[in-house]
Amino acid sequence: MAGTIIKERWTGKVLEMVIGRGPSAIKVGGDGTLPFLHYEGKMPNRPAVALEVWDVEPEDWPEMVTGPFAGVLGDPVAWAGKCVEMGADLVCLRLAGTHPDNQDATPEGAAATAKAVAEAVNVPLIVTGCGIEEKDAVTLPVVGEALSGKGVLLGCATANNYKIITTACKEHGHNIIASTPLDINLAKQLNILINEMDLPLNRIAMDPLVGALGYGIEYAYSIMERSRLGALTGDKMLAIPVICFAGQETWKTKEAKTKDNEEWGTQDRRAILWEAAAAAVFAQAGGAIMVLRHPESLKQYKKHISALMKPQVY
Amino acid sequence: MELIGERINGMFKDIREAILQKDPKPIEYWARRQTEKSAHWLDINTGPAVSVEDQPAVMEWLVQTAQSVSPLPCCLDSTVLGAIEAGLKVHRGQAIINSTSADQRKMDIYFPMAIKYNAKLIGLAMNEQGVPKDASSRVALAMELVVNADAHGLPMEDLYIDPLALPANVAQDHGAEVVEAIRQIKMLADPAPKTTLGLSNVSQRCAERRLLNRTFMVMCMAVGLDSAIVDMEDDLLIKAAAAARVLLNKDIYCDAFLKTFRQR
Repeated sequence: MAGTIIKERWTGKVLEMVIGRGPSAIKVGGDGTLPFLHYEGKMPNRPAVALEVWDVEPEDWPEMVTGPFAGVLGDPVAWAGKCVEMGADLVCLRLAGTHPDNQDATPEGAAATAKAVAEAVNVPLIVTGCGIEEKDAVTLPVVGEALSGKGVLLGCATANNYKIITTACKEHGHNIIASTPLDINLAKQLNILINEMDLPLNRIAMDPLVGALGYGIEYAYSIMERSRLGALTGDKMLAIPVICFAGQETWKTKEAKTKDNEEWGTQDRRAILWEAAAAAVFAQAGGAIMVLRHPESLKQYKKHISALMKPQVY
Repeated sequence: MELIGERINGMFKDIREAILQKDPKPIEYWARRQTEKSAHWLDINTGPAVSVEDQPAVMEWLVQTAQSVSPLPCCLDSTVLGAIEAGLKVHRGQAIINSTSADQRKMDIYFPMAIKYNAKLIGLAMNEQGVPKDASSRVALAMELVVNADAHGLPMEDLYIDPLALPANVAQDHGAEVVEAIRQIKMLADPAPKTTLGLSNVSQRCAERRLLNRTFMVMCMAVGLDSAIVDMEDDLLIKAAAAARVLLNKDIYCDAFLKTFRQR
């Protein structure tokens, strides 16, 4: 018996953000539907995926995730090049070395690293600080200036340091990451505050500080879903692409870090699945930019979403 | 909550004078003012001072004058068919026709007109016998409007049903009936028709008009009121609408919720 598919009609859509400049620039967002429901609305851009690169050699990454990058850790330019070869749409440079407890690198040093990476790779860049709000407020403006005109995605701005980072993004043509701790109300408010400083809404990406699979992923899912529903029903302050740092969360979990054992099986299969599955969940919740660490998870995740991007026929 | 600014109405003295003198200034003033106050539509009503024959020309002039200074669409408010059509012909954007009753004769005119001009349509839950006394009679007439929207092919979200609020000092028993009617009207179809009210009617010739208006609006929003023709000068009314949207979980809370509500 023939049936009619009931379709939702949405009035709003997520804004489209351009990261990078020139022929290598990519677009994210633009969705006029819940994720992958191509028969209800347009999803013009495949969710983008980045691999993480650090300015210094990471000390707390499990061997399994440093292995594929052996020989280039500690050399961010070479590391970034390898990520591009491995299929990353973007490189996410984390300036971990600026952390006061790490090397406490100077803003100028960090900026030189960022510039070298930006010039070496032909994909757009995400650049994040060390996560210490005060230090990022000093580092990111200098980095932003060094990368002026490259249209990178710079962050993470919080309620405490957004002003100085917003100013840097505005002056040097970058996009900003607005980071709030799993709270839709605070996320909306931070978007408003940044937008009130005259940075257009299509230059903001929201970071809801997602957790890993098994570590509160459902909270992240519901917040992302709710903000997408808000966007689709006309809430402009939430009609903003979402970035998920799925890799950094995954590789902290014992499920990813524990070596082969009888009960849990082999680490390489388990850990990769843990990262790729988390990313798949976030994509279903509306994540537009996924930041991962392991090239094999990247490969599996890309394969998964490429299949999801095929239009359904009804 | 969709707000229709009530002020360009010949019932108001300055607008009546403007119409009689052909003076665009008061029309322009209120078009701009209500736009700044974050109205979504401008109600346009020629008022009782204009003869039936003159109404089409006056409506046309009012719409053009208002839209010359405001980007907003208009809610064309008249009992004269020719005036509505004259307004529609010169209107820019998606207008609202205000209104048809639930009489079949009128519905057969206004529904096709709404479709022809891609307009929304306010349907009054009343007929030749007047305003119903209770909720169930209002809902029965609302159903006639819903059925006609379906039969004529007007999208349900373009039908705005007005269950008709009456002044609290002369028809006090109607208030609760209107509330109940809105609750039931929202269940008549899926997707549901929209609902609207001429809000200020509820406080005609009453003391504490604005308090009555605000309170009634929030009560009605709680059961599904989607829009209303309102006094945009009442800032607390707009704030109450913003707060009610948050409390009904229709808008996602943020500290700047009053501001975001006004940003459309």
